[in-house]
Amino acid sequence: MPTRVSVAEGVLEETADGPRLKGSRCIDCGTFAFPAQKSCQRCSGTNIEPTLLADKGKLWTFTIQGFPPKSPPYRGNADLATFVPFGVGYVELPGEVKVETRLTESDPAKLHIGMEMGMVLETIGVDADGNDLVTFAFAPTGN
Amino acid sequence: MSNSTEVAIVGIGMHQFGRTDGVSGMDQGVVAVRRAVADAGVKWEDMQFAFGGSQSSGAADTMVSKLGLTGLQFINVANGCATGGSALFSAYSSIRSGLSDIGMAIGFDKHERGAFRVETKGMDWYGSSGLALTTQFFGMKINRYMHQYGITNQSLARVSAKAFRNGSMNPMAWRQKPLSEEEVLASPMLSYPLTQYMFCNPAEGGVALVLCRGDLAHKYTDRPVFLKAAVVKSRRFGSFEVLAPSIALEHNAGPTVDASKAAFEMAGIGPKDIDLAQLQDTEAGAEIMHMAENGFCEHGEQEAMLAAGETEIGGRLPVNTDGGCLANGEPIGASGLRQVYENVLQLRGDAGARQVPNNPKTAYTHVYGAPGISGVTILSR
Repeated sequence: MPTRVSVAEGVLEETADGPRLKGSRCIDCGTFAFPAQKSCQRCSGTNIEPTLLADKGKLWTFTIQGFPPKSPPYRGNADLATFVPFGVGYVELPGEVKVETRLTESDPAKLHIGMEMGMVLETIGVDADGNDLVTFAFAPTGN
Repeated sequence: MSNSTEVAIVGIGMHQFGRTDGVSGMDQGVVAVRRAVADAGVKWEDMQFAFGGSQSSGAADTMVSKLGLTGLQFINVANGCATGGSALFSAYSSIRSGLSDIGMAIGFDKHERGAFRVETKGMDWYGSSGLALTTQFFGMKINRYMHQYGITNQSLARVSAKAFRNGSMNPMAWRQKPLSEEEVLASPMLSYPLTQYMFCNPAEGGVALVLCRGDLAHKYTDRPVFLKAAVVKSRRFGSFEVLAPSIALEHNAGPTVDASKAAFEMAGIGPKDIDLAQLQDTEAGAEIMHMAENGFCEHGEQEAMLAAGETEIGGRLPVNTDGGCLANGEPIGASGLRQVYENVLQLRGDAGARQVPNNPKTAYTHVYGAPGISGVTILSR
C-alpha cells in the first residue's frame, strides 16, 4: 500500500482537525508571515512566535497553470503527455496574511475572486517508490 | 545641476536579440561593447570603468580577456531583471560623483528554452509543490487587475499585436512577424488569462552603452542624449511581488510607483512631458498595469487608450516602440539596457521604419523583476 510523502515539509502540520500551514507572528507589531520568519518584514523586529495559520479564507486572485512546471524543482506530474492543468491562487486568511497555494479547481469559470476556500491535502504525483506525493491546496467550500 | 555633472550617453551597441546558436552570451556582450565603443568613436582602452551583468552567462568582468586587459575598474552587477538598470545607475553615479569621466554599462545573457527555472534553495516545498513560476504571478496580478479595473482580454491582445507589429519594423528584434489580435487570443492558454503570445520568452542578446560627463559629450557626438534620471527601488512592505509565498494584508503600490515618482522628481519633469516610453512587458498585462504604475494614466484608463491606439507609434504616448520584451525576448542582463538603446535611437532620430514622429525630446524606461525591484530612467536630448 502506497505511503503518503509530503513535499511541503517544514511548512505544513497535520493536526487532528486537518492540515494547517505553519506561519509566524511578530509579537511587537502583530504582523503575520508565511512561511515562518525569524524577523518581521514590517517593523524589522526579532520578537517572533510560531503560529498555525487559519485554514479558511477568501480567494484573492488566481490563475491556471496550463503547462508542466520544470522538474526539478517540481515533483508532481510534469509529463507533457499526461499533465493536467491546476489552479494557483492567493487565499486571504482573515486578519492574518494572503498565502499562495494550489487550488483543487482548475476551471477558471468555477473560480471567482472573493469566493470562500478551505485548506485540504492534494496528491500531485507519485515518487519513484510508488508513494503518493502530497502538498497543501485550497478548495472552494461552496459557501 | 551644472552641465559638468550631467551624464550623457554617447555610444550605443547591441547584439541581435533572440537565438544565436553557437555564440555564447558573453560573446554577444563583447559584440555589443565593440559596437558601442565604435559608435562613440572611442577605444576600449579609453574606458575608465564598466558596470556589467548577466544572469546565466558568467561573470561580466571576465569579458576583459576578450576585449583587452586595460586595467579598468570593472564591477559585476546582479539584480535580476533590473541588472541593466542597476549597471546604468552605477555608471551614472560614478560620473555624477566626479570620480570618472567616461565608462560603460553592459548587459548580456543567454537562457535555456522555456519558462525560467527558479532556484528555491531553502524553500524546497515551494518549487516542489508546483508554485515558484514567474508566469503564475503575471497571470494572478493581471487577473485581479482586470477584475478591479475592467480591463478586457481584447486589450491584452491589442498589446501583443502592437508589440509584434513594432517588432516587425526592428531588424534587431527576435520576433519580426506581425500577429493579429485573433491569433494572440487563439494561442494556447499558458497561465489564465494569459495566452502563449501574450508572454515574452527568456532569450539571448547583449547591449552596451558608453556614458560620459555631459560637458565632454560633444567631443564624441553631435547628438548626445542626456540621462536625466536613473533610479532603482526595492519593494516596501505590503506590495504584491513575483515569487512571493505570501502577501501582507496591508497594501503598498510597489517599487515601480516608488521608482517612477523618484525619477520624475530627479528629472524635474512629469509624465505629460514624456514623448515615448519603454515599459516592462514580460507579458501583455504587465505593460497595461505599468502604464498606470508609472504615472501615465489612471488605473482602468488603459482600456480606452489602447482602443484609441494612443500607445502606437504615432499615438499620443508610443509604448515599447522596438517591440518590447514580447518581440525581443528577455535576456535578463541585457533587457533593461535594450530599452535605453531604443530610446537613444529614437531621440537621435535613427529608429528607421519605427521612428516616432515629430522629433521626440524625452523618453522613459522601466524594468521590473524578482524579488520586487524596479528601475526607471529618463532621457532627453
